[in-house]
Amino acid sequence: MKIRLDNVVKEFETFRAVHGVSLDIESGELVALLGPSGSGKTTILRMVAGLEYADAGAIYFGDENATDIPVRERGVGFVFQHYALFPHMTVGENIAFGMKVSKVKRSPQAIAERVKELLDLVQLSGLKDRFPGQISGGQRQRVALARALAVDPRVLLLDEPFGALDANVRRDLRRWLRKIHDELGITTLFVTHDQEEALDLADRVVILNKGKIVQEGTPEAVCRNPADAFVMNFLGDANKLDADIRGGKAYVDAVAFDAEGVPDGSGQILFRPADVSWREQGQGIAAKILRVIDRPDSRRVLAMTGSGQAVEFDTAPEFPYRKGEEGFINIRRPRVYAAA
Amino acid sequence: MRRRVLPGLPLALGITLVYVAIIVVLPLAALVFKAASLGPADYWRIISSDRAFASYRVTVLCALAATVFNLLFGMALAWVLVRYRFPGRRLVDALVDLPFALPTAVAGIALTTLFATNGWFGAPLSLLGIKVAYTPLGIIVAMSFTSIPFIVRTVQPVLEELDPALEEAGQTLGASDLSIFVGVILPLLTPALLAGVSLSFARSLGEFGAIIFIAGNQPFSTEITALLAFIRLEEYDYPASAAIASVMLLTAFVMLAITNLMQARALRYTVRG
Repeated sequence: MKIRLDNVVKEFETFRAVHGVSLDIESGELVALLGPSGSGKTTILRMVAGLEYADAGAIYFGDENATDIPVRERGVGFVFQHYALFPHMTVGENIAFGMKVSKVKRSPQAIAERVKELLDLVQLSGLKDRFPGQISGGQRQRVALARALAVDPRVLLLDEPFGALDANVRRDLRRWLRKIHDELGITTLFVTHDQEEALDLADRVVILNKGKIVQEGTPEAVCRNPADAFVMNFLGDANKLDADIRGGKAYVDAVAFDAEGVPDGSGQILFRPADVSWREQGQGIAAKILRVIDRPDSRRVLAMTGSGQAVEFDTAPEFPYRKGEEGFINIRRPRVYAAA
Repeated sequence: MRRRVLPGLPLALGITLVYVAIIVVLPLAALVFKAASLGPADYWRIISSDRAFASYRVTVLCALAATVFNLLFGMALAWVLVRYRFPGRRLVDALVDLPFALPTAVAGIALTTLFATNGWFGAPLSLLGIKVAYTPLGIIVAMSFTSIPFIVRTVQPVLEELDPALEEAGQTLGASDLSIFVGVILPLLTPALLAGVSLSFARSLGEFGAIIFIAGNQPFSTEITALLAFIRLEEYDYPASAAIASVMLLTAFVMLAITNLMQARALRYTVRG
């Protein structure tokens, strides 16, 4: 099911507002809404679900205007951040709930069969008679997904699906969710504040800030070509150096970088810690090493440029230089933006 | 060195046990002892007399009616106080405790004044042919009044803790408001409701002060068991009074045991395994 948001607005007295968001999600696509807390991403998800009504704009499911369809008739599967499993029902009863209350009457045998099928799908066959309080967080997450899928939703919506789990459980579940999505081919929209999760899982990433979309595209597109300094910073560690921009060039301590299309005036250069090389002699921005931090697979170097700006970069563990030594920084793939 | 949980556990425990013994166990033991001074035949004659039986009937039936009323109204009151924000909510919230704070005799006199045939409530009701004061209906009103805080105050915190996402989950699964209430909310409130109901019922069985003013106290029709025990006391017939009181005590115990069992059953999902 294709989803289209047309200039959707939601006003709140608090910070969670959404200021005019338009978005197309293709049928069968897996899309991540990525943003810091307060960026409006959960509000957007809840509006798609019908748990929140838009103040202006429209939401389409296929060609149907779904804006005013109440949540219980909208046909969405929603997985809540803290799962919201019914604590007094067993795993099996939780999954069966949607089918039991449905207007489409099913025989108890049909429901039991479907529950079994879903338990197999989420690999929890042995846990049918346990209560949610008796299983692990990762298992609860999978029960929540099975429960949402039981009503044959047209769209699957997940709110911070892995937010409450340990890092390694999270990685496993992520891969597993991708596999389920590929098997079922259901249009899926999920919310996360974790850029790694979004890039790992999604076909397309929509990055939000302060209730607006700042960039959308494939993980490759947003990683290689961040639209602005916010996206660059949000997607990962980034260094920032103040620069003067004159005639399509950005100058940092008299070193020039290509800055085509950036207006003259003050600007900034952003780059990843891995995109720096250190030279004892030659060209580059003069800098002095302040500290070297050892990591299992690399060395993180903290340095200060000649004009007193801090730079951090990653090198091979064999990096021979130490605190106090001087040299030159060379930057690969610098991104130049006008000052905000 | 073994770490102590809290300083002074032996002292605190000692005081607690002495307190329980003096305030709770001793009077109950005296009651049983007094009742036991009667022979079995006398005991049976007293507790199974027609007048005593009539009083059990009035007390239990009225307490049941009052509890059912409190269950419905108390739950609605708790729901409104938790779910809605309206002007005066905090005042209403504070008023819920009033029946606890008010001397029951004052409540009884106030209710009698209101519900007497010339009172504010009693006058319009008597036009409809409904008589409250000096009838079992009056007993029910007095019992409800004094025991409603039990239901409200046990349900309220559970309702406050109820995750709104549970109801939203029900909605996304296509459930109607009724299915969500019956299938999700009510089962989660059941343990608290049972606790409130058992306290409310026990209080209603034992209520005395508020009832005797409004009940009219006619033997065989509006005489409650507690009053009968009091009358025997006034007649210096202590063993008979104790015998009647022992029946009330036994009823209270049995009822508490039953509701505890029901509560354990309703809470079985919280057992970790």
